[in-house]
Amino acid sequence: MRNSKQRQKIAFFLLFLATLLIVIPVGLIVVIIIQKGLPAINWQFLSDMPRKGMRAGGIFPAIVGTLYLVTGAIIFALPIGLFAAIYLSEYAKENFLTRVIKLAIVNLAGVPSVVYGLFGLALFVVFFKFGASILSGSLTLGIMILPIIITASREALESVPQSFREVSLSLGASKWQTIKNIVLPNAIPGILTGTILGLGRAAGETAPILFTVAAFYLPRLPASVFDQAMALPYHLYVISTQVPNVDEKIRYGTALVLLAMVLFMNLIAIIIRYQFRKKKKW
Amino acid sequence: MRKFKEFIIEKLILFSGLASIFFVVLIFLFLLKEGLAVFKTVGFFDFLLGKKWYPISEPARLGILPLILGSLLVTLGAALISIPIGVGCAVYIAEVAPLKIKEILKAGIELLAAIPSVVLGFIGMVTLVPWVKHMFKIPTGLTALSGSIMLAFMAMPTIVSIAEDALYSVPKAYKEGALALGATHWQAIYRVIVPAASPGIMAAVMLGLGRVIGETMAVMMITGNAAVIPRSILEPVRTLTATIAAEMGEAVVGSEHYFALFAVGIVLFVISFAINVGADLFLHKENK
Repeated sequence: MRNSKQRQKIAFFLLFLATLLIVIPVGLIVVIIIQKGLPAINWQFLSDMPRKGMRAGGIFPAIVGTLYLVTGAIIFALPIGLFAAIYLSEYAKENFLTRVIKLAIVNLAGVPSVVYGLFGLALFVVFFKFGASILSGSLTLGIMILPIIITASREALESVPQSFREVSLSLGASKWQTIKNIVLPNAIPGILTGTILGLGRAAGETAPILFTVAAFYLPRLPASVFDQAMALPYHLYVISTQVPNVDEKIRYGTALVLLAMVLFMNLIAIIIRYQFRKKKKW
Repeated sequence: MRKFKEFIIEKLILFSGLASIFFVVLIFLFLLKEGLAVFKTVGFFDFLLGKKWYPISEPARLGILPLILGSLLVTLGAALISIPIGVGCAVYIAEVAPLKIKEILKAGIELLAAIPSVVLGFIGMVTLVPWVKHMFKIPTGLTALSGSIMLAFMAMPTIVSIAEDALYSVPKAYKEGALALGATHWQAIYRVIVPAASPGIMAAVMLGLGRVIGETMAVMMITGNAAVIPRSILEPVRTLTATIAAEMGEAVVGSEHYFALFAVGIVLFVISFAINVGADLFLHKENK
């Protein structure tokens, strides 16, 4: 008995160690980037064009480019994702078709990001002749984040109690009226959470935009959706591998801005989820 | 009028529901459309098993065996590191950790999942790569090993969260039964709870490795990108994903090189499809 107690102690210690091996590096990464990146951050860095072959100046066009791409992606993905979630939660029956749809969503989530890049290149850039443009990049990112939005929205819709729907239907509302007036309003926090997580993912991805939109060096703002644009993640890749002798400070600064943007979105999602759980009436 | 509007909306909902299937098929079709053209000039097996990847020499040599082996080597290394640590962490969070610490740990792992891969690649370049170089006294730290370590780390959120879900969904009665029979908590974990959750843990590992094979930016930044058949884990390698990302920018649309990179994309798509369908079967088995 004593022996097995001791064995348990050792085992639990090893499990704890495994956990530390993951969590400590995460903390370190965030701390290092903040510590080394913060000195680079000032108003000029955030609002200026890059200069001297990206070795000086700011990262303004990259920030703007990323914001455009993320906005475009969400305009495309949110309506389709939300409707798809409504279909799965309110209409779909337990049959083969539903199983195939769910499997397709899982697969869409698992397609490597660089394959999305290839797809975007073949379909939007070459086939539809949009060229390397914000439009092509946004659509590619939009398809990529579709599974995130569908999954989160579906969970939110399904967590609305069945009795809400029954009451509404029994009062004579049609199915769509019930969804629009009863189910959707109660699911909004969950849908928002999923949307914001999708935004964060779209903002951070590099591979899907490599051949669909990203410009190596473009010190002006894009004028239309058919323009190329710089983007933060690609810019970080460029200045850390493609351009020699970039000041370390600029690299860390860029990494910090990107990380802060993504984590900020995640933080908002977490807060919404938390507030919602607290207020939940059922 | 209202009836008509609802009819339209419900049709829209149905079409959106089918959108995922549509996009998966569309992705595959367009990869095939651009990728199959390479087999006009290169034989199928010469492509898959050819030992030389010199896409811009004259004539071009388009064998992707070095790239496949590069991906396999990096993935194998990542699996050896990430499976024990990831599953261990999942068990700790699901069974051992006190409630308050549990929430903090979960948040930490979610944080890791949120960090963009290019940021992890950058951090890997400035910390991990010099460390590997110094540790093994080799001319460059841009090696398969650095890639494996970084990818193991990137697979953790997937492995931990799915495995933790699987462990959590084991009926409490199993554990209580084991404890009532006099087992210690640890005995209950490794004799009863982990075996009961094993299909879910299997799925977690598969999806984690799927993430590893598909990962692009970090791997391109820290594995050194040498498209030769790797002989040791301390040498630079080039993965399937990194090849596409690094070369597509220079490939001329419609050239043999362009088609070949799409064919590499087909290979990646088929691998990820097999992994996801396999993992789904395991998860389905668990639910029964």
